[in-house]
Amino acid sequence: MKIKINGKNEDIEKRLNLDQLILEKGLCAERIVVEHNLRIVPKEEWKRVILHELDNIEIVSFVGGG
Amino acid sequence: MQDTLKIGGKVIANRLFIGTGKFSSYELMKKALAESSVEVATVALRRVDVDSKQENILDYIPKGCNVMINTSGARNAEEAVRIARLAKAVGSGNWIKIEVVRDNKYLLPDNIETLKATEILAKEGFVVFPYMSPDLSVARRMLEAGAAAVMPLGSPIGTNRGLKTKELVEILVKELSIPVIVDAGLGRPSDACICMELGCAAVLVNTAIAVARNPVGYAVAFSKAVEAGRLAYVTGIPLNSDNPSPSSPLTGFLRNEN
Repeated sequence: MKIKINGKNEDIEKRLNLDQLILEKGLCAERIVVEHNLRIVPKEEWKRVILHELDNIEIVSFVGGG
Repeated sequence: MQDTLKIGGKVIANRLFIGTGKFSSYELMKKALAESSVEVATVALRRVDVDSKQENILDYIPKGCNVMINTSGARNAEEAVRIARLAKAVGSGNWIKIEVVRDNKYLLPDNIETLKATEILAKEGFVVFPYMSPDLSVARRMLEAGAAAVMPLGSPIGTNRGLKTKELVEILVKELSIPVIVDAGLGRPSDACICMELGCAAVLVNTAIAVARNPVGYAVAFSKAVEAGRLAYVTGIPLNSDNPSPSSPLTGFLRNEN
């Protein structure tokens, strides 16, 4: 099924939850924030958020900046 | 005499803040922060590149150095608020530098949108540092809105042109009861020193240090200049005089009096 991650279309398995998605992408959970359809999802809730077709995911982290 | 800056519940001894952008490596940035004993460093929030492994900048910020998150990339108050909330969720504190820029030519801040974001975020408990053009009326509104300090620009971001806004910054320092922190455009340690001599509480420098031939040395030079300027301000700068007056006694010369 298709979802959008950071503005790009991606094909993922059905019934995947946020926690599984982050794991699959190999991201460090401690240092990122995930927004699911514009709602910030606390890490404790990741397992409970099942992804659906056309969901919009933003995954952000810190970079250098002034 | 311990002359520290108390802000956002923290006590800061080093009044040089450093921005972490544009360094050729995180390792070099870390060394610059450590060698200059900086206690406040800014970072930005961006989308993670999910297809490539990126190092995490927080691993390169020395222990004891506070992180201030900027809202760079925001074009209005709403976007700045969204970035601030995301940043807080990462768990790196609640110090937010509000940076709202719509003008891509001069990179000058939008004071009105910045004020709106300040009002919202201060109410949510953020420690808010609005980056702004040095306008006294707006700065007073920032204070009323709950800003922890104001951050007027010295000159446009990344220009290294120094304190072109000197007279306006001086007015902010005289009139505001919150710290004035000059941000953007400072290119030389002497620029930072001038800010501190005027009574600014701190300065934030990024580009000049990051692009210097030796960023570590240049960061230390800035740190010393900030300390010198601050000490001069605290101890009192003598007034100018139009009339020369000799520093040596006018008696006891080695010559015969006629």
